[in-house]
Amino acid sequence: MPTRRARIPATKYPVERFTLDNGLRVVLTPDRSAPVIGVAVVYDVGIRSEPQGRTGFAHLFEHLMFQGSENLEKLAHFRHVQGAGGTFNGSTHLDYTDYYETLPANALERALFLEADRMRGPRLTEENLRNQVDVVKEEIRVNVLNRPYGGFPWLTLPPVMFDTFPNAHDGYGSFDDLESATVADAADFFRRYYASGNAVLAISGDVDVTEATALVERHFGDVPARPAPQRPDFTEPDLTVERRTSYTDQLAPLPAVASAWRVPDPVDDFAGYLPYVVLAEVLTDGEASRLVERLVQRDRSVTGVGGYLGFMGDPFDVRDPTALLLQAHLPPGGDVDKVLRTVDEELDRLATDGLTDGELARTQARMATHLLRDTDAVLGRALRMAVLEQQRGEPGLLNELPRLVGEVTEEQVRAAAATLRPQRRASIEVIPGGANK
Amino acid sequence: MSTNIRALPALGPTRRLKLPRQAERRLGNGLTVIAVRRPAVPLVELRLWMPFGRTHLARRAMLAETMLTGTGTLTATQIAAELQKVGGGLSAGADPDRLMVSGAGLVTGLDRMLEILADVLTGASYPADWVQTERDRLVDGIQVAQSQPAHLARTALLRRIYGQHPYAVQTPEPEQVRAVRPAALRRLHAERVHPAEAVLVLVGDVQPERALDAAEKALAGWTGDSRGVDLPPAPPLEPGQLLLVDRPGSVQSSLRIALPAVPRTHPDHAALQLANLIFGGYFSSRWTENIREDKGYTYGPHSSVEHSVAGSVLVAGADVATEVTGPALLETTYELGRLASLPPKPDELEQARQYALGTLQLGISTQAGLAALTSAYAGNGLRLDFLAEHAARLAKATVDDVAEVGARYLAPSGAVVVVLGDAERVAGPLAALTPIRTESA
Repeated sequence: MPTRRARIPATKYPVERFTLDNGLRVVLTPDRSAPVIGVAVVYDVGIRSEPQGRTGFAHLFEHLMFQGSENLEKLAHFRHVQGAGGTFNGSTHLDYTDYYETLPANALERALFLEADRMRGPRLTEENLRNQVDVVKEEIRVNVLNRPYGGFPWLTLPPVMFDTFPNAHDGYGSFDDLESATVADAADFFRRYYASGNAVLAISGDVDVTEATALVERHFGDVPARPAPQRPDFTEPDLTVERRTSYTDQLAPLPAVASAWRVPDPVDDFAGYLPYVVLAEVLTDGEASRLVERLVQRDRSVTGVGGYLGFMGDPFDVRDPTALLLQAHLPPGGDVDKVLRTVDEELDRLATDGLTDGELARTQARMATHLLRDTDAVLGRALRMAVLEQQRGEPGLLNELPRLVGEVTEEQVRAAAATLRPQRRASIEVIPGGANK
Repeated sequence: MSTNIRALPALGPTRRLKLPRQAERRLGNGLTVIAVRRPAVPLVELRLWMPFGRTHLARRAMLAETMLTGTGTLTATQIAAELQKVGGGLSAGADPDRLMVSGAGLVTGLDRMLEILADVLTGASYPADWVQTERDRLVDGIQVAQSQPAHLARTALLRRIYGQHPYAVQTPEPEQVRAVRPAALRRLHAERVHPAEAVLVLVGDVQPERALDAAEKALAGWTGDSRGVDLPPAPPLEPGQLLLVDRPGSVQSSLRIALPAVPRTHPDHAALQLANLIFGGYFSSRWTENIREDKGYTYGPHSSVEHSVAGSVLVAGADVATEVTGPALLETTYELGRLASLPPKPDELEQARQYALGTLQLGISTQAGLAALTSAYAGNGLRLDFLAEHAARLAKATVDDVAEVGARYLAPSGAVVVVLGDAERVAGPLAALTPIRTESA
């Protein structure tokens, strides 16, 4: 039966870009369909730039950015955003740190004031540092130490795949490193990485471009100019011999495994990278996908399987080196070796026999839906455009992504699958130590 | 660093809450369809809410897992592939109130999504091999859930709050799941998956009337009588000893507190929502400022009013370091007591009010947010215009109103408290504050 291809729709979000004299890059994307705005400030520093002996520092510093600034007391930032009807947060990634608000549109100037004030200088005090070290330790306890599969695989797989400190260390940080962090470390980190020239501001939603431009000038124009630091080269050679390790998780009741293979540079070789993004979905998106059909339904050797690009699941927000990951949870007594062998077999089959009629088109259609759905929220749009500007100078790529995903060919997906060989693979296995075993 | 004193800019004029265009129709089979227009992206969101009270726990859970695994005409894989073709997907979930089918897809695929939905509703076949696969998966999933502190704490709290009510146990035991056979699922489907009191919500880049037509065309053949199965009202909270659930070796204690609350339509609800925000319902709350930003006991304390068909409850939760479990409970009780005994400051109330009103705007600014809200309202007999009424009540609530509901609902003497943690280490400090009773997890 011939397959009718679903037409992949695109968005047409307008994009205005400019750079202030102090080097701050700005992206505006107006949309007046609802009276809300998203504001994002992204700094070009992440986990990979942490100094040795300071694991977890980029994330700890993110917390400190909320602890008051030049004209704002501790707690003021939260109160001013929420008191304007908005919500806020920040997050630390391998290659960037973001800060953001989504608010009713009448709060635009307030949000810009708050972001500019902490770009000029956060209040880095001993008391706030000690308080936030405690808070971060609780964050690690709740997300990693006190629960099964904590940190699997985003914290546990990089040290298997990589050898250098920037790529391999624990991005949440050790308690020892966190506790020994000083205010001087924080001031130094701010001076180095939180420069206006190292940041991007994005505003999306119900704004007028002329008015918003004037407000950006007013609030950010006199932020002292500091250039972006040179980003080090984080490159590591690809694996040539399979790496495999395991650990016992005392809280986990069932086995699990994750594998990763290096992929082409997401920024410098986007065309080479994109087929891997599609491949991950062909393998694992829903009941009709390759690995779900085989491993979950036919063999029943896993209870769930997922595939994605980037250790934090961020295919379009990460730089080289990065990876395609597969992770699976197994039933009691499940055989990890067998699961890995079957994955190899299915990758071979895909590389050799290609895709079935319509398999690629339907996967691409659903990927387009996910991309569109993520950008329906003004904040999703601002954040994504800020990072695209920062890493590629190309925020408008957001409008192109559904189409570009749709243009990936069967031949490219097959070729991508053919590179996922066992000797290039790093895997980590969770051995259940839980009482329910 | 410069030290210019800069003043916080004032907010611009508030923009009025504008509800999107919508239409509603009750079909001949009793199904209510609500369509809402938000054309920002060329997608449509779908939510089908079916009343499902008083259904067998394990069968209900299994029905949700297997409803989309086959019909007379399509296999599970074909259902998934056909939905993928239009950029879509459907999933089902169930709780003591309702069975819900949710999904989204390209708006050009709406007819196809509705066709497949109709096929599932009228012809789900519960194939034996699929039921077996999903049964094993569900059992494994429950086992993993039972190792999660958040799940264990929630389970203990529900049991403690609801006693014999159907809300008391919401996750089946593995052996109950293993006993479920395909025939039981087909029977449950035939008895209860009916249009009569169900509500279908469609939100997105649609012309509302046309979306109603599409739904009518696809779903008119879905029939079945409602049997009007109602849950008994949830019992009132019975405060008493703190329940300490032992989880040896925990490096944190999961603190959970239930307090009385009222349904959305109750005259106290808006003021209670504001009182809850001031206590612990948002980041700028007293509780967060105290136990996180001042004392560093926890990462994310939070409280919210949860609405179910048979009753509402206010639930507060924080995961705190084992060594500060006692002090964290002390500060929590202090903050509840303070709000129950003293009126909030006017600026605190204004801040909470602006947050409540602003997040209403944010909540309806996406297709998914609108769909979730419209469906949640409809499941409780309300329509989207209730949002405007609620906003008006939030705008009017006074310091006295909030003080009054604070005294009535947030008093620590009315709280049900459950702590999951390492009993050996936390029983002593907790017992110093309140009578406790210990159970194993």
